[in-house]
Amino acid sequence: MKAKLYDKIATIYFYVVAGFLVAFLISLIGYILYQGRTRLNLSFLTSPPKFMEAGGGIGPQLFNSIELLVITLIISVPIGLGAGIYMAEYARPGLFTEVIRLSVETLSSMPSIVVGLFGLLVFVTMTGWGYSLMAGALALTVLNLPVMTRVSEDAIKSVPSSLREASFALGATKWQTITKVVVPAAMPGILTGIILTAGRIFGEAAALLYTAGMSSPALNFSNLNPSSPTSPLNLFRPAETLAVYIWKVNSEGLAPDARQIADGASAVLLLAVLTFNLFARWLGGVLYRRMTGER
Amino acid sequence: MDKRYEVARKRQDMLGKVIVFSSAVLLIVLVISLFYFVASKGLSTFIVNKIPLKEFLFSAEWRPDREVPQVGALPFIVGSVLVSIFAILISAPLGVSSAIFMVEISKKMGQKILQPAIEIFVGIPSVVYGWLGLSVLVPFISKHFGGLGFSLLAGILVLAIMTLPTITSVSADTIRSLPVEIREASYALGATRWQTIRHVLIPAAKPGILTAIILGLARAFGEALAVQMVIGNRPVIPKSFLEPMSTITSIITMEMGNTVMGTAWNNALWSLALLLLIISFFFIILIRLVGRRGMYR
Repeated sequence: MKAKLYDKIATIYFYVVAGFLVAFLISLIGYILYQGRTRLNLSFLTSPPKFMEAGGGIGPQLFNSIELLVITLIISVPIGLGAGIYMAEYARPGLFTEVIRLSVETLSSMPSIVVGLFGLLVFVTMTGWGYSLMAGALALTVLNLPVMTRVSEDAIKSVPSSLREASFALGATKWQTITKVVVPAAMPGILTGIILTAGRIFGEAAALLYTAGMSSPALNFSNLNPSSPTSPLNLFRPAETLAVYIWKVNSEGLAPDARQIADGASAVLLLAVLTFNLFARWLGGVLYRRMTGER
Repeated sequence: MDKRYEVARKRQDMLGKVIVFSSAVLLIVLVISLFYFVASKGLSTFIVNKIPLKEFLFSAEWRPDREVPQVGALPFIVGSVLVSIFAILISAPLGVSSAIFMVEISKKMGQKILQPAIEIFVGIPSVVYGWLGLSVLVPFISKHFGGLGFSLLAGILVLAIMTLPTITSVSADTIRSLPVEIREASYALGATRWQTIRHVLIPAAKPGILTAIILGLARAFGEALAVQMVIGNRPVIPKSFLEPMSTITSIITMEMGNTVMGTAWNNALWSLALLLLIISFFFIILIRLVGRRGMYR
């Protein structure tokens, strides 16, 4: 009966590990939100940071994070989707496909600080833009492309081939089949993937330190002149994000309430990521039910 | 059908193919230019500043601001290796165990609770992990074990948490993809669940689990900010778990902003970036070799 006993012990062990991890996660999240609770108010979220005195907010940083996310998605989603379509629909087994696959793997395991340095060299220095929103968005695109490619490839591959065959049988070309049948059918997977990667982009800091920069000019939201440094529409202004700000505050924070600011900003960042995660789950479920007609 | 329409349709078909093809080619171009640009700067340490590769890799003297700069990167290389390997020693058993829980012990709780939890672990940004390490772990270590708290140990623990979800999800995918017949065969022979896990499933999933561990290692090696925030950043090889240290990523993060492009100091940092790039590529090759050994035999 020794085997039965070992089996019991093992089962208990696995429950303990799983329970520990879940409890640990809950306490992590609880701790961050509890520490940041006093700062979760509108004035902290919208007012600019203060230098050397207490009471500053995270307004420009939060705005920069969102703007950077949008621009990165605008650049990386079409390219990633294109590459995903190529890999799923056109690529034939062979050396060339292998090289693309190896490139995707290499890019997706690239340390983000290295991508940041590449951005510093190419998007900041060589283009002459300096630390800018655009340089940051391009660095994030490098990080996001392999993920986007994989997500779309997987989603497209999981579309049943009967759909393609039906479309071909109706006389549609390959391109018509892809754009009118396959990609729409793969949309739930692609959208869920985009939202999940959005969470990652939102929290990225290492790739942005030396591309989007560690400073943010005060923004004037009534200034819509794209060449003015205080305009939110200027893509070539330095744009420190929320994640970068957390890092900077506690390495060189001079405000007396640096700790509370970092607590508050961490709570905001965590809430944003949790929202992305829940939204992706919800949307994935809804779209899946709509596509399959299941209730 | 109208002939002109037919021609337009063909042309569109061709154009579509060209567009998606160029997106794929762009990925290759990106990788090549990443290697090219980082190497073009990183190799100047050896070509322009004439520092021998041996000194860079094996000397522990990091005094890049001297008149005759010394750029021995050994403390950072050793630091990165130590912090990643010990982190994996903690996260691998936990990760594989939680993967087994998800797939074999309780599918329902796995799917409803543990899987979402793991996804949230992945989603938490690295600066938040770093901030937690700095505000909770560092004071805790300092209070209970002595020292400043900024230490190898703090780095290990932060990285252990960060690599855990990678190991869990890749291992879970592998175990889930094992054919159901080998489970059934094992149970039919009268094996208990634990015996099946230990003698059938884990051996069969070994290449996948190894892949998971290497991916975790690669993530640990490349992580910059969370580690940099808790390890104290002293350019020395730590003599105990409680001493401050540096890693390849942390020294780049700390010093890249304070150095002037073109100086030996700055070039040495680029050489470190090149080293990171080579190591991460090496991990990818390793994963391919491990994966090729087949799922189970």
